Amino acid sequence: MRRSTLRGALALLFGLVLSLGAARANGIVEVRSSSGVTAWLIEDHTLPLIAVEFQFDGGSALDPPGQEGRANLAMDLLDEGAGEFDSHAFKSRVEDLSVRLDFEASYDAVGGTMRTLSANADSAFDLLQLALTSPRFDAVAIERVKSQVASELREGEEAPKVIADRIWWHTAFPDHPYGRRSAGSLASLAKLEAADLRRFVAERFGRDKLTLGVVGDITPQRLAALLDRTFGSLPAHAATAAVAETAAFDEAALLVVNMPIPQSVVTFGERGIKRDDPDWYAALVMNEILAGSGLTSRLTSEIREKRGLAYGVGAGLSPLRHAGILYGRVATRNDRVGDVLDILRAEWRRFRDDGPTPAELKSAKTYLIGSFPLSLDTTTRLAGLLVSLQVEGLGMDYVEHRAAALAAVMVEDVRRVAKRLLDPDRLRIVIVGAPKGLVGATEIAADGN
Amino acid sequence: MVSVSPVRVLVSLLIAFILISVVPASAKQFDAESFALSNGLQVVVVPFHRAPAVTQMVWYKAGAYDDPPGKSGIAHFVEHLMFRGTKETPPGEFSRIVSENGGRENASTSPDYTVYYQTVAADRLELVMRLEAERMHDLLISEEQVTPEREVIIEERRTRVDNQPASLLDEQRNAVLFLSNHYRLPAIGWLTEMRGLGADDARGFYATWYAPNNAVLVIAGDVDVARVRALAETYYGPIPPRPVPAHEALAEPPKVAATRLEMTSGHVASPAWSRAYLAPSYTESGGKPADALTVLAEILGGGESARLYRSLVIDKKLAVSTGAGYEPFRSAGSFSIYAEPNDGVSVTDIEAAMSAEIRRLLSEGVSATEVERVKQRLQASALYSRDSLSGVARIIGASLVTGRSLDDVQAWPERIGAVTAEEVMAVARQVLKEDAGVTAVLLPEKRS
Repeated sequence: MRRSTLRGALALLFGLVLSLGAARANGIVEVRSSSGVTAWLIEDHTLPLIAVEFQFDGGSALDPPGQEGRANLAMDLLDEGAGEFDSHAFKSRVEDLSVRLDFEASYDAVGGTMRTLSANADSAFDLLQLALTSPRFDAVAIERVKSQVASELREGEEAPKVIADRIWWHTAFPDHPYGRRSAGSLASLAKLEAADLRRFVAERFGRDKLTLGVVGDITPQRLAALLDRTFGSLPAHAATAAVAETAAFDEAALLVVNMPIPQSVVTFGERGIKRDDPDWYAALVMNEILAGSGLTSRLTSEIREKRGLAYGVGAGLSPLRHAGILYGRVATRNDRVGDVLDILRAEWRRFRDDGPTPAELKSAKTYLIGSFPLSLDTTTRLAGLLVSLQVEGLGMDYVEHRAAALAAVMVEDVRRVAKRLLDPDRLRIVIVGAPKGLVGATEIAADGN
Repeated sequence: MVSVSPVRVLVSLLIAFILISVVPASAKQFDAESFALSNGLQVVVVPFHRAPAVTQMVWYKAGAYDDPPGKSGIAHFVEHLMFRGTKETPPGEFSRIVSENGGRENASTSPDYTVYYQTVAADRLELVMRLEAERMHDLLISEEQVTPEREVIIEERRTRVDNQPASLLDEQRNAVLFLSNHYRLPAIGWLTEMRGLGADDARGFYATWYAPNNAVLVIAGDVDVARVRALAETYYGPIPPRPVPAHEALAEPPKVAATRLEMTSGHVASPAWSRAYLAPSYTESGGKPADALTVLAEILGGGESARLYRSLVIDKKLAVSTGAGYEPFRSAGSFSIYAEPNDGVSVTDIEAAMSAEIRRLLSEGVSATEVERVKQRLQASALYSRDSLSGVARIIGASLVTGRSLDDVQAWPERIGAVTAEEVMAVARQVLKEDAGVTAVLLPEKRS
């Protein structure tokens, strides 16, 4: 009987080292094709499905000035016609083969996910190959997708949550690509042409920037052949490009966009921590206790459970490649915005001054260790993990390493990182709504001016 | 001094499960087994040994449909109060215990049901079964807990509905689509009625509907049936059954007037157009119409090779997005189509184009090839749905509490495979009656 190696991998994720006689259940393997394309693979034949996650380093932060939105538009257009297939033919083929193909652009990377029934794997990988190497960028498809992106941008100018996010990032990073929208602006979008998108593909899709994670019903041998066929013809090197290191603008702000809605949407944050920082795990524990998901964090307890002031409140660490952010959100009735901000600042201060209790520390650590493997319950999420492990240089033994690193976090570590990161007097706060009785707020227009 | 960290305990207990072998693939949708306890609790076990994790879901056959007149939102309010303490477990403890054991949890309320779930490491199943069984019969509802939680659900309504013009309009559309049926009520509740919800209302709803004989327990993951049966007997078995009323049966009158809703909002950038029709429930006529409507929705609006997208977005360039959906409930259903116009395109043009597509469907029919392609895609989606533990448990639970049997769920891919072009057209003619649709138009405020 064949042992599911995914189960082996997941058991490893749970913090186990398996030694089953001679057979060590070694979950993750590196597969190298003859032309040198590599992927990390978790082989699992429980279901006849394969998930592939791929990523090229370098995202929308590399969009040239005046061409903001270039990476986003190009990625959206990859499955709108490629090779001999126009958009409709390509999409019909994808849908008839029950292939699920998604592309996306973030600030630091572009990439996507492909899922297929293993019976259709050859055709599915061929479609991915066409999309990456021969996208057509037909004029009619460009116009259609541009109008879809423009519609989203216009919606974003009216949606309170999107406005609050955009203004926070725009004012925190006034001189850096992180302060721009990945999708660009209506003006920059209008100017993008097929030649710009072709240049993007030629410059960015290099094998030296490619990272791949594969999970599911496929053997290393078959995957190696498909890697060659799919990615082997990409250029060996992407064009040289760099994004500057930066940090969020480190000054308190209280900005209000007036909008007559019944509930104010509030975003808040300050400088955070990058993924490679030695204090990363201590910061994770800190955030979980102060502002983590679930009903048990200090912010949720004070704002939601005790006072009923919000449905949800929370914050998280956003480790971008060139800056770290600690960023959160809450929505509350207009006449209680001031109270919520008082609680937020008080909890920020209390944590900085007093740190966590031993009970909180223990509880947060067991949650962070135990819930992580439970979040990897699909082949797609696991494939995503395989990519981030490689991109962040975390190694195949990451999950054991992660559990050990979290278990080793002590009260003093969390106190130290809290003193370093939490400053109630430097919180940048953006409110969209009709808050009442707020002191010291600066009014700002929805477009950020 | 020796100290055993909880992490260690977790690790050593997990080792016990490694040698369990993999269940062979089956032709059925899921490898599920079902049995009932003597108190009437239905239990479904879906062994899936890919990872040492397990999901518990408890489904109550009570939801917003059962909110008494003037008390809309009470089913959902009870869902929130279920986290605020029992006779054995003080307020806040439930979530703290689940979280300290590395678990994830949540709950949700729909018209037909309320569901609670946790995903935990397989060795923690007993713990969450004990906790979940406790609140099946021992919930404490105090004024002290009710007062802040009522504010929480009101904030939830503001977040989900009042701050979102499209959701507000959907809510109004639903209230018009169903003339008599309680599916007209928003699950979150009308704000005017939510303010009046109190501890007695919550106690009444809980005492009426929360009983083992009105619930389905689904356990999916790294477990075997014998162990689940033993744990279920231990923790759920002693809960006494109670008489539970039948859901109010309301015959929906025929809809004879086409209805049009228009809402103007200062917080939308572009218009949106939709039309909803009354449709059969999951189980009407043995479920055949529901299967045919699933195929019809996919033909019209499933993906970017579907009819509506091809016509309105690609060929006529009138819309940026479009789609169709069939939403079946236990005793009724709705079928809807929608489109968002391209910049500068009028809602009138969108409406004309959508109506033309429906007329074309009704006059020309669907081709056998179209039906075959869509059926294959739907059957593949059934396979994809098995990739997620909670997804599997959700599909099974939702079907069982809305009138389908486990055999129905297992046979879904076959039933979809049996749908014919004639059946699709028969439900299309039954449902898509232009003079009985509810058209809803969302318009941006004109700016000077």
